[in-house]
Amino acid sequence: MLDDFLIRAALAGIGLSLATGPLGAFVVWRRMAYFGDATAHAAILGVALAVASGLPVFLGTVLVAMGVALAVSGLSWRGQAMDTVLGVLAHGALAFGLVAISLVPGARVDLQALLFGDILTVGRADLAVIWGGSLAVGLLLVWRWQALLTATLNDELAASAGIDPARERLGLTLALALVVAVAIKVVGALLIAALLIIPAAAARRFTTTPEAMALAAIGCGALSSIGGLQASLRFDTPAGPSIIAAAVVIYLISVAYRR
Amino acid sequence: MSLIETHGMTVRYEAVPVLSNVDFAIEKGEIVTVVGPNGSGKSTLIKALLGVLKPTAGTVRQADGLRIGYVPQKLHIDPTLPMTVMRFLSLPHRHTEAERIEMLARVGVTGVGARQMADLSGGQFQRVLLARALLAKPDILILDEPTQGLDQPGIAGFYRLIEDVRAETGVAVLLVSHDLHVVMSASDRVICLNGHICCEGAPNVVSAAPEYRALFGLGTGGTLALYQHAHDHGHDHDHDHVHHHPPALDEAQ
Repeated sequence: MLDDFLIRAALAGIGLSLATGPLGAFVVWRRMAYFGDATAHAAILGVALAVASGLPVFLGTVLVAMGVALAVSGLSWRGQAMDTVLGVLAHGALAFGLVAISLVPGARVDLQALLFGDILTVGRADLAVIWGGSLAVGLLLVWRWQALLTATLNDELAASAGIDPARERLGLTLALALVVAVAIKVVGALLIAALLIIPAAAARRFTTTPEAMALAAIGCGALSSIGGLQASLRFDTPAGPSIIAAAVVIYLISVAYRR
Repeated sequence: MSLIETHGMTVRYEAVPVLSNVDFAIEKGEIVTVVGPNGSGKSTLIKALLGVLKPTAGTVRQADGLRIGYVPQKLHIDPTLPMTVMRFLSLPHRHTEAERIEMLARVGVTGVGARQMADLSGGQFQRVLLARALLAKPDILILDEPTQGLDQPGIAGFYRLIEDVRAETGVAVLLVSHDLHVVMSASDRVICLNGHICCEGAPNVVSAAPEYRALFGLGTGGTLALYQHAHDHGHDHDHDHVHHHPPALDEAQ
């Protein structure tokens, strides 16, 4: 069954949704959309550095995404003008990443795949990485769920119960970096944040508890993957953007939906 | 030991001291109220006691295994976060459905369990916050301006509830508040804060203290009592509080 590229692609999308659903919910609740963008764009720089230094691409991507995410979250609680700083970082990481890639001698980096993903060429090894990374993130979120939710509501509320809000924030940051490294193959650096935010936003309308919203976001992400792949096949459109387009359609339906 | 105590605690933001040399302690079953004008460091004191802020100097110590029930001044729940009352009550510790329903009844908001937090009225919201704090079976309740946005009967009702809970459970209560008249009658001890502890003691003692009147202009002298203070503190943070304050009220009187 795994011999069919379309089935591998669908499994990649579904596996990734297991992580992007609940993580995306936190990104939405904590207003970290720009933060997600900055981390995702940093992955391009990571790829460039990995290629230049001969490190495995996955490792380079994780490390650089993590570095940028930590730097940004260090800024975030010093209360600077966040959207400006994040805007600089997000686009700066993108620009420097693209420049760095062009400078790597003899690099055969497929820029198109880096920016928009290459889900149709996902192999068995890629599948293992995607499912492994997604399950790791999913388990981390399940393990810390109560503490993360409390810290998302209010730092003092968390601290009064012995939860360190800074530590929970760090956990989310690391999870985000891991998801970015895993997702770049599927939807590409430019659209990772979209895969985090849009399914969660669509799920909001249908749900009354945080858990329901996270689960619905997983469902919406998986549905977008399958729908986007179908559309990509039928209309011969690029797979990554088609998946995000499908998610947007689901979001629009959710907006029109009245309870 | 005390439930929470600080010794010589100083907290600075950047280089500005917000709290200077605070010696504070609260004992089992006590109701302590902290009063002080805006910017006097009340919220900073609470953050330091909870451990969210690390003091620049001095120490903060909580009793081992201390269970804190915290009611924040304001809880903003992002509109993108769906949250029923019942779900909220199980944060961060899970409680059975029966426990939660019973607690909602105890604080006087029976039947709101299925509602979204965002749809509650101000008074209901505060009571749900209190219910969540009480479900942890706390040794101490810390309430930061818990009656903001409530009308007079709402405020009185809320404090009556706090007193009842203390009588039932023996929980200590640390209260930060503006509602001077209502609050002080229920307190064992009042601390008047303005960047440092200006004065402290039983409510009637504090309300007669010149430091207190200097801050609030209350009591027999009315508005004229403003600035009857023997030596003007200059209650702002433009200069260091190096001059000696009368620490004990006997001295001040």
